[in-house]
Amino acid sequence: MRYLPLTPADRSEMLAVIGASSIDDLFVDVPEAARLDGPVHDLPLHASELAVERHMTALARQNTVAGEVPFFLGAGAYRHHVPATVDHLIQRGEFLTAYTPYQPEIAQGTLQMLFEFQTQVARLLGTDVANASMYDGSTACWEAIGMARRITRRGKAILSSGLHPHYVSVARTMARYTGDLLETGAPALTADTDLDRLIAAIDADTSCVVVQYPDILGRVADLTPLAEACQANKALLIAVVTEPVALGALRAPGEMGADIVVGEGQSIGVGLQFGGPYVGLFGCKDKYVRQMPGRLCGETVDADGRRGFVLTLSTREQHIRREKATSNICTNSGLCALAFSIHMTLLGEKGLRGLAAINHAAACRAADRLAQVPGVRVINRAFFNEFTLDLGQEARPIVRTLAERGVLAGVSLGRLYPGEAALENGLVVAVTETVTDEDVEALATALTEVLA
Amino acid sequence: MTINQSGWKPTAPAGRGDAAGTTFTGNKALMLEEPLIFEIGDDQTTGVDFILPARGEGDRRPQAGGGGGSPHGAASAEAPLHHPAAPGGAAPRAGEDRLGGLARTASIGLPGLSEPETVRHYTRLSRQNYAIDLGLFPLGSCTMKHNPRLNEKVARLPGFADVHPLQPVDTVQGALAVINELAVWLIKLTGMYGVAMSPKAGAHGELCGILCIKAALEKRGEGHRKVVLVPESAHGTNPATAAFAGFTVEDIPATVDGRVDLAALRARLGPDIAAVMITNPNTCGLFERDLKAISDAVHAAGGYVYCDGANFNAIVGKVRPGDLGVDAMHINLHKTFSTPHGGGGPGSGPVVLSEALAPFGPLPFTARMADGHIALIEEETAGDDHPDTFGRMTAFHGQMGMFTRALTYILSHGADGLQQVAEDAVLNANYVLRRLEDTLDAPFAGSGPCMHEAIFSDRGLAPGFSTIDIAKALIDEGYHPMTMYFPLVVHGAMLVEPTETESKAALDQFIGALRSVAERAKAGDAALKTAPHFAPRARLDETLAARKPVLVWKPPVAEAQAAE
Amino acid sequence: MSRYFTEDHEWIEVEGQTGTVGISDYAQGQLGDIVFVEAPDSGRSLGKGDEAAVVESVKAASDVYAPVSGTVTEGNPALADEPSLVNSDPEGEGWFFKLTLSDPSELESLMDETAYAAFVAKL
Repeated sequence: MRYLPLTPADRSEMLAVIGASSIDDLFVDVPEAARLDGPVHDLPLHASELAVERHMTALARQNTVAGEVPFFLGAGAYRHHVPATVDHLIQRGEFLTAYTPYQPEIAQGTLQMLFEFQTQVARLLGTDVANASMYDGSTACWEAIGMARRITRRGKAILSSGLHPHYVSVARTMARYTGDLLETGAPALTADTDLDRLIAAIDADTSCVVVQYPDILGRVADLTPLAEACQANKALLIAVVTEPVALGALRAPGEMGADIVVGEGQSIGVGLQFGGPYVGLFGCKDKYVRQMPGRLCGETVDADGRRGFVLTLSTREQHIRREKATSNICTNSGLCALAFSIHMTLLGEKGLRGLAAINHAAACRAADRLAQVPGVRVINRAFFNEFTLDLGQEARPIVRTLAERGVLAGVSLGRLYPGEAALENGLVVAVTETVTDEDVEALATALTEVLA
Repeated sequence: MTINQSGWKPTAPAGRGDAAGTTFTGNKALMLEEPLIFEIGDDQTTGVDFILPARGEGDRRPQAGGGGGSPHGAASAEAPLHHPAAPGGAAPRAGEDRLGGLARTASIGLPGLSEPETVRHYTRLSRQNYAIDLGLFPLGSCTMKHNPRLNEKVARLPGFADVHPLQPVDTVQGALAVINELAVWLIKLTGMYGVAMSPKAGAHGELCGILCIKAALEKRGEGHRKVVLVPESAHGTNPATAAFAGFTVEDIPATVDGRVDLAALRARLGPDIAAVMITNPNTCGLFERDLKAISDAVHAAGGYVYCDGANFNAIVGKVRPGDLGVDAMHINLHKTFSTPHGGGGPGSGPVVLSEALAPFGPLPFTARMADGHIALIEEETAGDDHPDTFGRMTAFHGQMGMFTRALTYILSHGADGLQQVAEDAVLNANYVLRRLEDTLDAPFAGSGPCMHEAIFSDRGLAPGFSTIDIAKALIDEGYHPMTMYFPLVVHGAMLVEPTETESKAALDQFIGALRSVAERAKAGDAALKTAPHFAPRARLDETLAARKPVLVWKPPVAEAQAAE
Repeated sequence: MSRYFTEDHEWIEVEGQTGTVGISDYAQGQLGDIVFVEAPDSGRSLGKGDEAAVVESVKAASDVYAPVSGTVTEGNPALADEPSLVNSDPEGEGWFFKLTLSDPSELESLMDETAYAAFVAKL
């Protein structure tokens, strides 16, 4: 077996050193009844690299590749061009095959990268600090709600109807066990967000208000009045960003007064990967650092006085605090955070803002073209690179029909909100720099034909 | 107050004195210093060129309709953000752009580097890391085994890497088939009934299992069972997870030979017990011989058995946890099935479930229908197909990129190879144990063989010397240290897990190094206290980092003032 | 004015109805460098043995228990900026909190300085 270096002679020699007559002697603590007498039944035996590659390639070919068709899906995962440099660098063995940097003297590469990542994320989100990443945006969102409970010692979270429904589901699952009360609903197919409703709903029991920016329908709204209302009631404002490229064009939530800003970092450097692994972004105001979940990297000096980095404030974490930890999380999304950070370094301020401008311009052109399709209405007044269409008929079968014609048209609201009749005509369309005008034309043409 | 029982008393490190010779750059040949991106980049530099999308690009794709072309052209950061709507679109209000008046005005403060500078920055950083690719990484409980590169190649096939999670299911049958195929392997290897694939890491998997137990108890009308029993040697995630789910955590005592005390456990069982959480093999590297008896007793008392599967790599293909009465167990794909640790994630923690708990597993899940078509069960049809689910744990479907890697690894090994994996892992660990027990105190060596990891204590070291000194000296010998001060039940614990991917020659050299360092610690060699001497950094001041946390880079004060 | 110790290494110095609580020199020595102290808010009511404060080193977080019952009147504000006081002067400037005793008879079960020294010597 190509991954196992021991030879039969090695094994015999080692057993002799140990004083065992056979390998079974080493499994003597396993009750005899539970010991298997051979390879697990009914499973294939080992295979060559060629055979495995052939099998997996055949499975891969059964999927429609986003980059090979006109492609407009978003709703929490976005297709952006990732420079070749990113994937090359994250495959360096010293990054790829390293562990969590618990021995900082020989992990400065990962630690410095995390320190740079934390700074990039904090600046992008407009927060004072950021952690070394979370599993993904949806779990980061829930962790933020839990953090708000610990800070405010209140248990009612108000969720905007514009929050990604998967994020709402995750919060709902977890709230069942923590006793948090969640107030939420489905969005309306209108140009206006529900900020006014949220402001009116805040009361003395409210721990936090959670609002997505841009929201699930692609709408954007000024969070400042909401931040003020939260502050007046000593509740926290949690902003959720599922498309970080948007912050190259839009004001940062932290700048508008959000206390905690979480996000899905997948757009930058990570790729679609059918939903994971992704990278959760988590930033907050300085004063809340000790209630923050997840790993943190901090600057310090070594014994010779040279600058270095270490994981710090780890007493908040499970391996020390056990049942009193801020969270049971035991990992971050290190390699995805690295990809994010490298891509962000390649972009820089100028590149990110340019990328955002191209995205927004392409989305504007697409919205205008699609608005000309008979029966189609663009819901949004304002958006970044994603907007919602009202197709005038149920969107889900149309998405399927268009897929058969080789166009991946977007995410139907019927998929995201099953059973919500008022939303079933909605189609969320994302337009990034990877979408050409020709792609838009292909979608518009196909949509015209299918809707006719 | 509670006293830290691990035996670790952190203090600020002592200096090593003058380094032999200094250079102009601070570099030492191949040991290259690298500033932060904030110190070398600026907001006008970018390593990316933008070309406006135009007809004719993306030549892989079939032509779909005609359409006029638009010219190539470089878009700059000054590309217009103001885009008035064409007739037919939803018109912005008067005076408002299509960003809702929220166009960014403030600078973000993100430094950019050119592509060559970027490659050099991260390459230099990478060289300050230790990694499996460089050498033996005996970090107990973490399973640092070789990461096959075929896994990486497969995960990057466009059919896996460039697929959106919300594409119509007919366009992702291959991706769903990967999930399903891996699920079948995991179920058969563990002898369990079902598997929840979406948990994002081991601790997330633990939470999944505990939430299944909670949901099952509530369904039975026994939500009053509030106590979860956890051995003291457990990973910290176990009590943290149980506490999160609203359970009270109680310790289970251990026997002198490092295992769960069955008699004490039986005595504690009763109508208030929801579950026990047991790691098997446990964190001392020992197989819990009584697990089946424990399971039977817990089941008889109306509770469930959660098994922490972090150490499944020691028994994969040799024992099926389902045969030991386990109800739920997470599997760290990054441990047992070789997906890369990546400097701290991403992990992946599918949870195998018994027939009693499977109905409560989270959404989404994949199911192969009678006609061979693979369906994705989401919220939409859960009411019919999976009514007792406790809900969703994450957006989308879990760590697909880890599923492709793990399945590739599993198919490479096959059922026979996986059995050999466990045998070689256990053989290597016992070899280390027996060759070092004369030098280092091995508290459980007398009770029989270990499994995949060998545990030693700091007993017998010279006064003032502790496990950390041995660990840091191993760095100078070219190794990543073993896990130190864990589990808490052994004072100054050193947990050594060589894994099956080390050759005998590699083990012999490591044993020699650890023996040498241990002898020096027993002799009180003062040089150990300032080790490592040859690493990119000396011991770092973790106290300073925690007392005055600096978590983001800020410009030096003088520079910041000058800018004002 | 007299000082008492617990087997969990807290000390309490009592003057009238007011007690000042901290951890012993032995305890700080076991913990290593202290990086953070979470002292209780004033007004909090504590029973004897309740978790009253948390003291953290880089590698451990330890609970500090109330040696006797009472109501917290003050947490030591100096520890927020200078947790190292617990290391440098554990039984003086590094005190954790003050409380008003609700049942002074509880002091009888505690050790005096000599008894505590003997207790520590056996550890």
